[in-house]
Parts: sequence; structure tokens; C-alpha cells
Amino acid sequence: MQNIISLFEYQFFQNALMAAILTSALAALIGTYIVSRKVVFISGGITHASFGGIGMAYFFGLNPFLGAVVFAIGASLGIEWISTRGKMREDSAIAILWSLGMALGIIFVFLTPGYTPNLMSFLFGSILSVGMADILVLAVVLVVTSLFFIILYRPVVDTAFDPEFARTRGVPVTFIRNSMAILVAVAIVLSIRVMGIILVLSIFTIPQNTALLFYGKFSGIIKGSVLFGISGSILGLIAASAFDIPGSAAIIFMLTLQFLISKTIVLIKKRNQSRM
Amino acid sequence: MSKPLVSIQNLSAGYNGTPVLKNVNLDIHPNDFLGVIGPNGGGKTTLSKVLLGILNPLSGKVSFPAGRPNIGYLPQVSQIDHSFPVSVKDVILSGMARPKTWWKSLSKENKAKADYLIYKTGLSGLGNRPVGQLSGGQFQRALLARAIINDPQLLVLDEPDTFVDRSFEKELYALLEDLNQTMAIFLISHDIGTISSMVKTIACVNGTLHYHPSNVLTADVLKVYNCPIDLIAHGPVPHRVLKDHE
Repeated sequence: MQNIISLFEYQFFQNALMAAILTSALAALIGTYIVSRKVVFISGGITHASFGGIGMAYFFGLNPFLGAVVFAIGASLGIEWISTRGKMREDSAIAILWSLGMALGIIFVFLTPGYTPNLMSFLFGSILSVGMADILVLAVVLVVTSLFFIILYRPVVDTAFDPEFARTRGVPVTFIRNSMAILVAVAIVLSIRVMGIILVLSIFTIPQNTALLFYGKFSGIIKGSVLFGISGSILGLIAASAFDIPGSAAIIFMLTLQFLISKTIVLIKKRNQSRM
Repeated sequence: MSKPLVSIQNLSAGYNGTPVLKNVNLDIHPNDFLGVIGPNGGGKTTLSKVLLGILNPLSGKVSFPAGRPNIGYLPQVSQIDHSFPVSVKDVILSGMARPKTWWKSLSKENKAKADYLIYKTGLSGLGNRPVGQLSGGQFQRALLARAIINDPQLLVLDEPDTFVDRSFEKELYALLEDLNQTMAIFLISHDIGTISSMVKTIACVNGTLHYHPSNVLTADVLKVYNCPIDLIAHGPVPHRVLKDHE
């Protein structure tokens, strides 16, 4: 116990904690949209496509984060375009973007002369090396995303629920969907820093599904996801430091544990109710 | 006669450049109650999407001689995600959005109106439930309330009776007749029995549109219009279809 408390005195741990909280809050908002619209697979495609941008940025000596953002937004808008135009099978298009992004990333990382970045940290995240700059960017994006949700809450939900009807009511559906596609892409790329490409979808889906056990409305799922996401990632971070295991993996374990415990509680409650 | 709400001339419409509908001419006047029948794939829904402005015509003209009307829309219920996390009341309120004020928050009057429509469509007590907990018929009624909350001048209904249970059927038809006092109704249906008894005029849509300025349908009429639909209605008295309701 003493060890855990003393953890909080280290700067690297404080940074990791801040990053975990901010990332969880951002993923709670964006993940609610992803899960409600049933576009988890699309988000997987965006995530993996962004690796192409990371590889290219390394090769050309640019900021890998910027490369990832450009690729992720491109993939996100591209999939949005394909799904509205319907000229190609959407799931196949996603799979192609998914693997092409990974392929480009690996090709460019290998072609980069001299120092090659640690692939593991991209694939599985590196929460304990998060710096102050990362935290600032996360905070700014979280504020922008929150404002977008607060100001345009109804149009965002209405458009996600039934875009065709929203269009008949004069809601600018294309603007809302493209703005959301960009916010989704940016949120995913920022979360890769903490969770890694392979594990990042977990924080966009597990807390939301735990929240869905208790809430039936979009706003409720956001609230629940913030709660479960933040508590799960703090617990995961502490476990990671205590047992010296990777932070991202420990966070996923804790999020899933929350889900399973919640699911059990709900099932027991239901059984008791039906007995009465 | 008053100016038509919508005037369609020589319309051809479809998807990816391939027309589903050709040479369609149709005027819809205030207080019309038009029943739209026709086989699957004949273009009924396509025509409704052109009316609503969510599908651009391939050629021809859709004009609004009295200005662009406010149109309420009930889509086919199977097209909508029934498990989306949204409450009945919020679904109904989404019908309040208007072109220039879509981003504004909703007033107390709006919310009171939603409550009234919840009552009116037989959904009392279900307003705060997520739509996932509703039956198909209840969900459809919530979507009907969403279509009419903004007092449209034209109401487009795509198969409003697919799920509606017998217990609510009568209320639904009474409600539509009541709404028809203040708005034109464009109703797509498979159930000719109900259509014939409620509507004022009939359009058969099968690649093109044949207008029938009465609500009496006979086998001969359908034959002339090349409208291969089953005349056996699903109602309890099938041959009422053939009767004159004058």
C-alpha cells in the first residue's frame, strides 16, 4: 500500500495518470458515438491506417503524430465517403485500408536509415513515457470535442440515429458526419500514444458496453463511460506499476473486469426480480 | 383550385444513374390524401425520397408553387436502428428541427407537445424509455409522432401499418383522418383494404405513375394501370376493397 501511495510522488506517474484520465474522458465521448452507430470496425480501420502515416513521417523526418493524424483523417473521411456513395463494399474497403496502412507503416519504418523507432511502443502504447506536451494536446482536443458535443448534442444524436430523417428536417448531416469523422480520427490517434494501435479500440468500446448495462440513452452512456473509463484506467495504471506489466494491457484487463462484474450484478438483479 | 404544394413534371429518378421511375407527373394539393400502391421495387419509396429532397431527380422537375412546404416523414421502420440508445421522447423531439434553427435547443412548449403526442399515439408512460424496449408497433408510432410534431403541410408515410397492432389500427386511421384536415398525406401501403377506405385518390407506381382520381379500386383498374398487386386485402372483410365508399 505504501508503495502505491509513493508512486503518486513521481513525475512520470503523475503524467501517466493525467494522460490516462484525459484519454479515457475523450474515448468516453467518441466511443459512445462509435458504439451507438455500430461503427467499431470502421474505427479499427482508421486506427491501423494511421500507422502508415507514422511510418511515412519517420521516413521524411516529420512529427509521427502529425503523420498519423493526416492518415487517420484521410481514412475516416474516405470510409464516410464510401459508405454514403455506396460504390464499394464498405467492410472490404475498411479491411483494405486497415492492412494497407500497416503495410505502408512497416515499409517506411524499415526504409528509414539509422535509428528505427521502437515498434512495440506504437503497437502496445507507452503510457509511462508520456510528456507534458502530450498532455497539453490531449487537454485541448478534449475541450474542443466536449464543446462540439455540448453545443451540437441534439444534431449529433439525431444524425447518428437516422441521418436520412435528419436531412429532411434541414440538419446539415454531411457537415455533422464529417466533423465527427475528423474528431473520431483525432481521438483515436491521440489515444494510440497511451494504448497502442492494437489495443486502442478497447477504451472506445469496453466502458461504453459497461455503461449500456445501466443506461439506455446516449447522454447516459457518455456519463457511464467517463466513470468506468477513468476508474478502469486509474486502476489499470496502478496495477501496471505494482506488478511491472505494460500499462495498456493492465487497463484493458481492469476495464473488462468492470464489465464482467457489472454484467453479473445486472444478471443477479434480474433473476431476483423475476423470482418475486 | 388552390396552388399545389408539390408539382412533379416529367420526373425520372433512380440510383447510380439507373432510373427506377420514368415520366412521372403528379400534383399534390393541400388536404389531398393520396394512397400510393404498387409492387416492390416499383419506385414508391424512390418517389417519396424525391418529394422529401433527399434524392435528386435524374431529370424532370419538382417544384413547390406555394413555397417549399414543411414535410413530415415516417420512413419504413425496418430502415431504422431499433437498438440505438435514444429515448422515445428524444426521437419525437428530433422532428422539431428546422433548416435555420437546427442547432437551437428546444423550448418547453416543444417538450409539452412531445408529451401530448406520446399520449396521442398510445405511448403514455413510455416517453423516457429507450426505443430498444419498444415493440415494433410502438416504435413505429414513436416515428409517426416524430413525423407530425412540427405540424407539416405534407405528411409522407412509408408503410405506416407494417407493425401496427390491430388494437391501435383504428386509432391510427382516426388520427390520420384528423391530420388530413390540416395537411396533405402521401401514404405508401401494401394493404389495399385500408388504403381504399381512407384515401381520397390513388396512385399506382410501377416504373411510372398512374393517377386514379378516386378511392375505388377494382381488378380492372389495376389491370389498366399495369399494377400487379394482390387484390386480396389483409383486413377482416377483404371485398370491402371493391366497394364504393361514396
